[in-house]
Amino acid sequence: MSQGRVLVIGGGLAGLAATMRLAELGVGVDLVSLVPVKRSHSVCAQGGINSVNALTRQQGDTEWKHFDDTVYGGDFLQHQPPVKEMTDWAPRIIDLMDRLGVPFNRTPEGFRDQRRFGGTLYKRTSFAGATTGQQLLYALDEQVRRYEVEGRVKKWEFWDFLEPVLDDAGRCRGAVCQDLVTMKFHAFPADAVILATGGCGLVYGRSTMSMVCTGDAVSRAYQAGAAYGNGEFIQVHPTAIPGADKLRLMSESARGEGGRVWVPRTPQDSRDPRDIPEAERYYFLEERYPKYGNLVPRDIATREIFDICTTDGLSVEKDRLCVYLDLTHLSREMLDRKLGGILDIYEKFQGVDPRAVPMKIFPAVHYSMGGLWVDYERSADGGMVEGAVRNQQTTIPGLYAIGECDYQYHGANRLGANSLLSCIFSGLFVAPSIVAAASAGKSAGEGSGRIFEATLRRQEQRHEALLSRRGGDENPYALHQQLGNLMTRVATVVRRNEQLAAAYGEVCELEGRWQRCSLSDSGNWTNQNVVFMKALGDMFPIAKLILKGALLRDECRGAHYKPAFAMPGIAATDPVAKRLEAEAWCDRFEENTRRWLKSTVARHGADGHPQISYEDIDTSLIPPRPRLYGLVGGDVIEEVWKERSQAAAEHAVPAGAGAPVGAGV
Amino acid sequence: MIKAVSPLDEVHDDEPPVERRMVHVRVLRQDAPGQESYWERHAVPYEPNMNVISVLQKIAERARAEDGREVSPVAWDCNCLEEVCGSCTMLVNGRSRMACSALVDRLLAESPGEIELRPMSKFPVVRDLKVDRGRLFRALERVKAWVPVDGSYDHGPGPRISPEEQEDAYPLSECMSCGCCLEACPQYTKIEVVRRDDESEADFEHRRAAAYDRGFLGAHAISQAVLFNGHPTGKMIADERLESLTSAGGIQMCGNAQNCVAVCPKHIPLTRSIARAGRAATVWAIKKLFDR
Repeated sequence: MSQGRVLVIGGGLAGLAATMRLAELGVGVDLVSLVPVKRSHSVCAQGGINSVNALTRQQGDTEWKHFDDTVYGGDFLQHQPPVKEMTDWAPRIIDLMDRLGVPFNRTPEGFRDQRRFGGTLYKRTSFAGATTGQQLLYALDEQVRRYEVEGRVKKWEFWDFLEPVLDDAGRCRGAVCQDLVTMKFHAFPADAVILATGGCGLVYGRSTMSMVCTGDAVSRAYQAGAAYGNGEFIQVHPTAIPGADKLRLMSESARGEGGRVWVPRTPQDSRDPRDIPEAERYYFLEERYPKYGNLVPRDIATREIFDICTTDGLSVEKDRLCVYLDLTHLSREMLDRKLGGILDIYEKFQGVDPRAVPMKIFPAVHYSMGGLWVDYERSADGGMVEGAVRNQQTTIPGLYAIGECDYQYHGANRLGANSLLSCIFSGLFVAPSIVAAASAGKSAGEGSGRIFEATLRRQEQRHEALLSRRGGDENPYALHQQLGNLMTRVATVVRRNEQLAAAYGEVCELEGRWQRCSLSDSGNWTNQNVVFMKALGDMFPIAKLILKGALLRDECRGAHYKPAFAMPGIAATDPVAKRLEAEAWCDRFEENTRRWLKSTVARHGADGHPQISYEDIDTSLIPPRPRLYGLVGGDVIEEVWKERSQAAAEHAVPAGAGAPVGAGV
Repeated sequence: MIKAVSPLDEVHDDEPPVERRMVHVRVLRQDAPGQESYWERHAVPYEPNMNVISVLQKIAERARAEDGREVSPVAWDCNCLEEVCGSCTMLVNGRSRMACSALVDRLLAESPGEIELRPMSKFPVVRDLKVDRGRLFRALERVKAWVPVDGSYDHGPGPRISPEEQEDAYPLSECMSCGCCLEACPQYTKIEVVRRDDESEADFEHRRAAAYDRGFLGAHAISQAVLFNGHPTGKMIADERLESLTSAGGIQMCGNAQNCVAVCPKHIPLTRSIARAGRAATVWAIKKLFDR
């Protein structure tokens, strides 16, 4: 057991789970957070946490099916072993959180109740009212507080992570952070540093994310040399409440509990929605996706809502794009019991009771599937080797990433109620790896003070330089709005190469203008102005890698949608022609898989531009297959695809028995 | 056809700024602990659906007071902006509440002309509207607000819990440590400990914790004690919590003003928790007397 210390940056679900487990393993933890950890962004997660459970098991569900749903929902863009390990752990994680006192909703007999979420046909989602993230976070916060009282954890709240400290061999030895009250700097030596700093929604200006979700910590690790994976994969949540300061989430659970999405068939029908008869309502998700209905995966729901308003011109309002999310056919008692928290939010911020009047909602940036590239060690059974030093380690040895800020678990699209799972899982799972790393790694050694001093001095100089800038004609808050509007316009639901290329240039220009910002506060006490300036400056590298990754990826996959490269469904109606089209469709799918089923890996170049390369994906457990939710002619494509996979499997069986006899040989 | 402007943008950007209505705000500022506070007036353009957060964001962007003087941005705490993280508590028009859910239209309706923002008065001011609520979290340590599990290794599911028990516990578990109940409580008085020049960081923290521990726990912590004493595993250390509730700064300090429940943004039944804690504490004290 290590006698050293570990530095955890970020106190959301992932950071707290790691801290709790490390403290339990006897490791001292310094826990650094921009806000008191109980106020972390995880509190905003509403709907629930997924796991196969006693009930779904008896309906045929297994850990493997949860795994399959997750990689299928993610369009196969994630390495499969970590996902398999996570879904295998899921039932134990729910049990643990239950033991920690999370008030999960109950069945009449006293078991945990479950609801259905998008992208699955099983009721896999445990929930605590409509504030599941808050409840899970509090349970971990309480355990960490317990260890804090015992002296095993020291919290550094209102502290900002500025830079990892690397030794001459490039190994992470700690980090330099800044006290946001006194503005003093401090170097933290550590056996390992874990980043658990969440998503980068603020790169898009307004999103469903909290104000700390600037992506700055991740950007600082990236600028220090850590690789960033799949940056272009940004989830846009289908249902959010538009607002001037923030786009507030309306949980998928509203649909999970029976909420229906519709628009009036008459464009901008001015009648009260309650007076519009059923026949004049277009329940477009239910009509277009009869199997999943309102619970299609998020990327599809988002695109459909976006399209119905833009392409079909059926937005509820003329000046503001939105559709109805209707709960009014459900009983008030049930709504209050299961969705009370989120319905109160709507009522509080919109002044309308969603139990009586259909809500007006529209998509908003919600989650970063991409993040710091992290490693894993594959086990013989296709999972991860517990305690392997490589698990969750970034390309910088000794620097780890967990939770939303890693790229590992959700591929091209995250399924609802899988993020709470991945955060807690990666937090718990990384702990033994950290212990192993700490005992295996050579200590920083004598004279290592030099590297800490150098990093400290660099950060102090950067800070002083910002404070002493004078006469700049740019305003950081206005620049942030421009960056957000630009990114939202070109890099969300629909992406086009000419727009992405132009936007890349504009972001570089904004970054140049950032150099001309001066501060309205040059003091050294609780200076939020300079903290924002630094965060904004660190948004540009992330924005650039998102844009460049999106520009280069000429395909549609999960949340990344380029109409120019879309693969439409089958147009023919004649059976033979249909079959031929399906064959051609599958040929194209196979070709696209060969070309694009790869993680995007961005490295920060010395010139400030991201260097993009691609990494093969371990799809050894579940072969990639077309994602056919609701595609026209999907049944024929599926048929062709099945025949091909069977043929491939038959060829694969007599391994070493000579070359397969195939067409054209 | 898809329009070039993303629908994720607000549409009002194109409206001409003709004689825009202004929102007038009066902020009680303080540059640092121990310094004099002062009022400063600001005016920002009105927008529909504005809340106090968006007003403060615009103040930061303008960096000028209403009279045109260049001023530093007002410091304040916020994070989630959807009333679930508990960060942005302040006195808005004299009432402790969350800045994010304080809508400008309603504030102007209840008090036309001007919005007044002040920092919470029961906690030491760090700067402007930002206060140090460390004491609030310290109280959660005092009442051992956690389930004392053996550890995080797999032991199967937690205890069976009836829907009624869950529905009882859930509202208490929604407490976001915002401190509104403490601000409104007549018995909760400010404790501000200033670090001495010759004092080490550790000594200072120790002295400050001791000072906090002599003060009133507050409604939030009492309610958390009730929450965990009601949990099948949590109640295994119920006596330790009752010991805290009955020692200095404990439940006996509650004056039953019932302000806490009136201001709680989450409508947590705090007075019911206090009543339950009071009964449990009485029973426990008598039992302790006879067990001696």
